[in-house]
Amino acid sequence: MSDGTENLVGIVLVSHSPAVAESVATLAKALSGGGTTAPIAAAGGTVDGGFGTSSELVSAAAASVDRGAGVAILMDLGSAVLTVKALLAEGDELPPNTRAVDAPFVEGAVAAMVTASTGADLAAVEAAAGEAYSYRKE
Amino acid sequence: MLDADFFRRWMTAAAASVDREAERLTALDSPIGDADHGSNLQRGFRAVTATLEKEAPDTPGAILQLAGRQLISTVGGASGPLYGTLLRRTGKALGDATEVTEQQLTDAVREGVDAVMALGGAAPGDKTMIDALVPAVDALATSFRAAAAAAEEGAVATIPLQARKGRASYLGERSIGHQDPGATSSALLIAALVEASGE
Repeated sequence: MSDGTENLVGIVLVSHSPAVAESVATLAKALSGGGTTAPIAAAGGTVDGGFGTSSELVSAAAASVDRGAGVAILMDLGSAVLTVKALLAEGDELPPNTRAVDAPFVEGAVAAMVTASTGADLAAVEAAAGEAYSYRKE
Repeated sequence: MLDADFFRRWMTAAAASVDREAERLTALDSPIGDADHGSNLQRGFRAVTATLEKEAPDTPGAILQLAGRQLISTVGGASGPLYGTLLRRTGKALGDATEVTEQQLTDAVREGVDAVMALGGAAPGDKTMIDALVPAVDALATSFRAAAAAAEEGAVATIPLQARKGRASYLGERSIGHQDPGATSSALLIAALVEASGE
């Protein structure tokens, strides 16, 4: 089976809110234009749909976007950041070559998605997302 | 020597204590946090006791690692990965020995606390669980009772501090005057050691 996303970096969005994670994923896909876009998955809230972070949802989302080229995870706040870092420290909970990306959530997600959809590697995706911090709005 | 039964009793006593104090923890988390510390930890520790019964790991290290893993996957808030990392790293440091000395436990807990500091980026004085855990580790070499007292003192000593980590840090000076819920639950975890030892 081929969906054109082989060798594209996968993206996971971890938010305290299921709606925020889903919505930012939809926005990032929309702004990545036509054609093939990188696989992206939302891991928002807890398993029962409440606010918070679920390591289970994060692991499942990462597995679902892994095409072997690496996975970039963007997080919003607090427990989202700590859960992803704790999973990475565990070693075998996330696909090999998974990174927690330090980036603003919405802007970083768009930058990561646009970059990943061009076939860029994980380091380039991470750099693009991180650069979103330097875009000032004043 | 401390055997697997001791560690099982420690986790069970911690879970019972979190159950008893859940409302108080959540009340402490209301003015400066998001008012879920008690219920989150309660859910996590109930999962810990349920899993320990089901899987029956038979070494101290395996018990703590399994407990830590449960906390990370069930708590849903920041205390999950923080306590999960504390227990898992402590368990890893104990290796697969069937019995450990109190000194080995002290050294292992210190590794666990260091891992929590690395994960959350908090240092003593930031008004977090670290303010109870660091003095507790320092006193562990004396006795469990001394560690429990040091943790409790550390938790109370967070009242005049201004939060520099987590949700409470957004409150700035308004975080002053409240006891930190994470330091309070850490004191419960350490006090459960006394119960487990029957000291």
